[in-house]
Amino acid sequence: MLIDHPLLGPRDASEFVYLGDASLIDRPDWQADDAARAFHDYAYLRDNPAGPHRELWFHEGGDRSWLVVTRDTTTHEITDVRLARDVALERRRSS
Amino acid sequence: MRYSGFEVIKQALRGHRGWGPAWRDAAPRSEYDMVIVGGGGHGLATAHYLASRYGITNVAVIEKGWIGGGNVGRNTTIIRSNYLLDGNEPFYEMSLKLWEGLEQDINYNAMVSQRGIVNLIHTDAQRDAFTRRGNAMILNGADAELLDQGAIRREYPWLNFDDARFPIKGGLAQRRGGTVRHDAVAWGYARAADGRGVDIIQNCEVTGFVMDGGACTGVETSRGTIRAGKVGVAVAGNSGRVMAMAGMRLPIESHVLQAFVTEGLKPILPGVITFGAGHFYVSQSDKGGLVFGGDIDGYNSYAQRGNLPVVEDVCEGGMAIMPMIGRARLLRMWGGVMDMSMDGSPIIDRTHIDGLYFNGGWCYGGFKATPASGMAFAHLLATGRPHDTAAAYRFDRFRTGRMIDEKGMGNQPNLH
Repeated sequence: MLIDHPLLGPRDASEFVYLGDASLIDRPDWQADDAARAFHDYAYLRDNPAGPHRELWFHEGGDRSWLVVTRDTTTHEITDVRLARDVALERRRSS
Repeated sequence: MRYSGFEVIKQALRGHRGWGPAWRDAAPRSEYDMVIVGGGGHGLATAHYLASRYGITNVAVIEKGWIGGGNVGRNTTIIRSNYLLDGNEPFYEMSLKLWEGLEQDINYNAMVSQRGIVNLIHTDAQRDAFTRRGNAMILNGADAELLDQGAIRREYPWLNFDDARFPIKGGLAQRRGGTVRHDAVAWGYARAADGRGVDIIQNCEVTGFVMDGGACTGVETSRGTIRAGKVGVAVAGNSGRVMAMAGMRLPIESHVLQAFVTEGLKPILPGVITFGAGHFYVSQSDKGGLVFGGDIDGYNSYAQRGNLPVVEDVCEGGMAIMPMIGRARLLRMWGGVMDMSMDGSPIIDRTHIDGLYFNGGWCYGGFKATPASGMAFAHLLATGRPHDTAAAYRFDRFRTGRMIDEKGMGNQPNLH
């Protein structure tokens, strides 16, 4: 697989480390009343779709940026790659 | 028809015209006591044990494609019970005992071959860890034997003992481990269950669950609605997809695991060996091919095929311990879809929906577990209580902190 890095262009997937579903950006509020349940769901439950999947890849063998890659889990086709920082900023998860 | 040596001779004299189909091609009826979703090894084993041990025969096994077309036909056929943790070892030891009596139980030649498995040791720390694991196995009634380098040399003289980076210092052997002809497991369980009245329904895809007042009372399929008192789902690889139809999110990711087989070679490898410093395991099939595999690719996938970096990694593992494998030509390689759970251990449990039961999360250890999985799931379906050996395989273990994490990797499925 080639991941089309937004800054560096197409890079081999073996340069990257895979973390998992991009929903991991949305860490729950630790002070909320239902924090225990929310963190259980956040840490352990996954949608695990067969089809397009938004997921976090870390460019460990490169510029050490985190990417949100949209990839079809039935074909491995990558349709979108964005810097995770930009995604997190849009979702007001980062500054 | 009961299979026997006498029957083979009788049929031979009649030109082999008397063999009937091993199981009926059943059409779905509108209602059963229990419906098992998934005609793989675990689903068919569940049906067999439901019928033979619990006397429940009004059962249908429904399968999207053909039986045995999923992971039971795509694995590297290894059986063993060399686990460390209390939540796992009694279960896998029950499985190995069931393997030992399987062929007599189902009257089918599954070519169960207890040729032994050796996990190679490369460091002093690893010897300590394997000694502890061997002791845990013995405490749970399994067999384990710690071998020094000399003992390994006698059995496998051609291993790369004096490798500068990963010298082989010894091994942990389980003599009762081995291999089984995997397709025959699916066929044998199907035939045995069918013989007791279970309907094996192929080409019947589940498209939804029938819900009645918050309880599951059947399944919608491509061949119509089938009502059932209880529905058991055993579709590992596709657990996320199927349980999503019941509105459930699971502590599971689907990943692809590749396996490889070389051209047929003369007998060289009498048992199963595993590399302790990387991830590589190999055995030799009765046809002579070296059957081997390694790690999962490491990203979510339902594709049943992987990518080249893992092929390279597996081959490096092979070359590190048996350099002669470099001269063999690869005949086939393929991928299977694994339910990778959050702690590397499976789930056999009721769900929060009445009447709906789940069996999955087998990671890449599902094949060896087939008989015990079937037995434990049948026990759960028949009695409503978890089987003694599977009592730890609950959904709520992630909530209560009772994870069964053999590798100690935490909730990162691609590291288990």
